[in-house]
Amino acid sequence: MSAVIAEHDDHHDDHAHHDHGPEKGLLRWIITTNHKDIGTLYLLFALAMFFVGGGMAMIIRAELFEPGMQFVQPQFFNSMTTMHALVMVFGAVMPAFVGLANWMIPMMIGAPDMALPRMNNMSFWVLVAGVLLLASTLFMEGGAPAGGWTLYPPLVLQTGKALPFAIFSVHLLGISSIMGAINIIATIFNMRAPGMTLMKMPLFVWTWLITAFLLIAVMPVFAGAVTMLLTDKFFGTSFFDAAGGGDPVLYQHIFWFFGHPEVYIMILPTFGVASTIIPVFARKPLFGYSSMVYATASIAFLSFIVWAHHMFTVGMPMAGELYFMYATMLIAIPTGVKVFNWTATMWKGAMTFETPMLFSIAFVVLFTLGGFTGLMMSIAPSDFQYHDTYFIVAHFHYTLVPASVFILMAAGYYWLPKWTGHMYNEKIGQLHFWLSVVSVNILFFPQHFLGLAGMPRRIPDYAVQFADWNMISSIGGFIFGASQLLFLYIVIDTVRGGTGEKVSDEVWEDAHKHGLEWTLPSPPPYHTFTTPPTVIPTEHF
Amino acid sequence: MSAEIKQKNVKLIRTLLLVVVGMFGFGYALVPIYDVLCDITGLNGKVESTAVKEVLYPIDKNREVTVEFITSLNESAPMVFRAETNKLKIHPGQYYTVNFYAENKTDKPMVAQAIPSISPGLAAEYFKKTECFCFTEQTFKAREGKVMPVRFVVNPDLPTQYKTITLAYTFFDNTEKSVNK
Repeated sequence: MSAVIAEHDDHHDDHAHHDHGPEKGLLRWIITTNHKDIGTLYLLFALAMFFVGGGMAMIIRAELFEPGMQFVQPQFFNSMTTMHALVMVFGAVMPAFVGLANWMIPMMIGAPDMALPRMNNMSFWVLVAGVLLLASTLFMEGGAPAGGWTLYPPLVLQTGKALPFAIFSVHLLGISSIMGAINIIATIFNMRAPGMTLMKMPLFVWTWLITAFLLIAVMPVFAGAVTMLLTDKFFGTSFFDAAGGGDPVLYQHIFWFFGHPEVYIMILPTFGVASTIIPVFARKPLFGYSSMVYATASIAFLSFIVWAHHMFTVGMPMAGELYFMYATMLIAIPTGVKVFNWTATMWKGAMTFETPMLFSIAFVVLFTLGGFTGLMMSIAPSDFQYHDTYFIVAHFHYTLVPASVFILMAAGYYWLPKWTGHMYNEKIGQLHFWLSVVSVNILFFPQHFLGLAGMPRRIPDYAVQFADWNMISSIGGFIFGASQLLFLYIVIDTVRGGTGEKVSDEVWEDAHKHGLEWTLPSPPPYHTFTTPPTVIPTEHF
Repeated sequence: MSAEIKQKNVKLIRTLLLVVVGMFGFGYALVPIYDVLCDITGLNGKVESTAVKEVLYPIDKNREVTVEFITSLNESAPMVFRAETNKLKIHPGQYYTVNFYAENKTDKPMVAQAIPSISPGLAAEYFKKTECFCFTEQTFKAREGKVMPVRFVVNPDLPTQYKTITLAYTFFDNTEKSVNK
C-alpha cells in the first residue's frame, strides 16, 4: 500500500499563466467563480447561520429552564423552534457541507475548479437570498412560521403574512441546493484527473456524489409540496383541505418522502469526512473502502422507501406499519457496516488525538447512540409512545449535533491549516472539544428521559414533574452554546496567523498518502491542478 | 476547460434537469396515487362520499356496537352544529336514522360542506350511509337552521374486535370557494 507522493504542481506559481488571480476588494467575493472563494463564502455563511440558529436554541432553552412562562410568548417560542430547525438545516448544516464540497472536491479529484463555476456563484447567492427571505418573516405581521419545520397543514396555513415568504424562501433554498448538486455531479463525472477512477475517489467525494443525487431527487418534491400549500391557501385548490376533498395526511406523505432522504443529505457527507479523517490519525488505510461505498449507496436507496416511519400514528393498516418498520430496521445494517469499518480502521492503529480526531471519535460513539434510539423508534408499537415527545428531539439531535456538527468542526480543524497555511491553537481546540462533548451530553441525554416520561415537543411550558431534567438540559445547552464561541475565536485566530508555526504541505503526518489536497502547498494557490496530477494516492482503498 | 468536457457537461446538465422536472411532477403525481391507494385500502377513515343503495342485511340481534357521533366546526365556520344524540347502541345489519342540527349564525347566505371521518379507520368500509347531508354542499339562508338526517347501517361482517365506531363530522365554510366557482 505504499503510495508515491504526487508531483507538486506549485510550479504553476512560477511561470506566468493565463489565469488571473482574485479580483481586488469586496467585488472579489460577489463575482467570484473560484471554487475556493465560493467554498469559503459557503463555510463562513454556514458558520454565521450556526450562531443565528444557535441563538434561537438558547432562547428555547432559556424558556424551558423552568416550568411556567418566563421570557417569551408561546407564539414566539413556537416560531423559535420552527426557525431554529429551518435555519440549522437549510442555513447551517447543508451549506457547510456544500462549502466543504466546493473547497475539497476539485482538490481531491485533481480538477482545476468546479465544472460549472458561474452556476456555483449563483447557487451561493440564491442561498443567501433564500435565508434572508426566511429571516425577514420574523418581522412580519403574525410572526414567523410557528407550525414546526415540517410545515404541516392545516396548522401552517394559519401562519400570518409570513406564509408565502416562507414558501418562496423554501423554493429559493431548493433551487440553490439543486444547482449545487448538479454542479457537484458534473464535477465528479467529468472533471476527474486521469487515473482517478470512481473506486479510487476519496470517500468524501463518493458520499457527496450520492448526496447530490438525493438532493436532485427530493428537493423538487418538497418544492411541489410547499407549492401545494401555497395554492391551497391562496388559489382555492384543495390538496390538503378536507372541505374540498383533500387530506392533510397526504402532505405528511409527500413531506416525508422528501424529509427522510433529507436527513441523509445531512449525514452522508458527515460519513465521508469521518472516513477521511479517521485513517489519517489512525495511520492506517481505511478499513473496507468498497464496503463503505456500497453501504452509502444502500443507505441512500433505503432512504426513499421508509418515509412513513415518521408517521406511524396516522392510522396505517397493519401491513403498512410492518413494512415500514422492517424496512427502517434494514438501514441499521449498512450503517452498522460503516461504524464497524471506522472502528476497525482505528483498531491497532498508531493513533494520535489531535482535535479533528477527537471530534471524529466522539462522532462515532455519539452517532451510534443516536442510531440506537432510531432503532428503538423504528419499532412501530413502541413508536406510539415516543411519537412527538422529547425522545424524538433527543434522537435527531444526537444524529445531528454530535454527529454532523461535530464532524463539521472536525473538518474545520482538519483542513483549516491547509486552507490558511496557519496552524490553529491545539490547546484551545482541545478545550473546545472537551467542553463540547461533555455539554452536548448534558444538553441532550436528559431529553431521552423527558421524552420517555411523556414530555411533548414544541411546547413553551410543561408539567412540574419535568422541571429537573429540563433545567439540567438547559444548563448543558448554555455551556454548549458558549463553547462554540471558542471555535469562532479559533477560526478567526487561525486565519490571522494562528500559532505562527509554518505548516508543511501535508500538515498531518503522511497525509499525502490519503488525499491529493495534501500534495498542494498550504495554503494552496488560487488556481490548482490546472494540469492534472499524474499520481493518485492509493492509501484509502 | 476543453470543448469535449463542456459538451459532456451540457449533456449531463440536460439529463439532471430532466430528473429535477420529473421529480417535481412526481410530487404532484403522489396526490392521485394516494387517493387510489386510500380507496383500495380504506385508509384514513375516508368514507364513500356518495349514498349506497339500501340492501337488506341479516340483523345480528346478539351483537351490540356503540356508534358515537362527534360534530365540530372548522375554525372559520360561523355555525352551530350538533348531533341529536351523542351515542347509539346498534345491532349490525339494522338501519338507523340520526338527526343532526346545523345553523348559520351570520346574516348572509352560506354554503357549507360537512366532511365525515370514521375511526377506527379500518372499520370505515363496514359503515354504510344511504342518506347523509355530507354528500353535497349545504346551502343555508341567513340565520337558517336545518335538521338533517343521516341514515346508516353497519355491515354485520364487521370484525368482532370493533366494539365502538366513531363518526365525526366537521363543517367547513365553503361560501367563498363556491362563489368563486
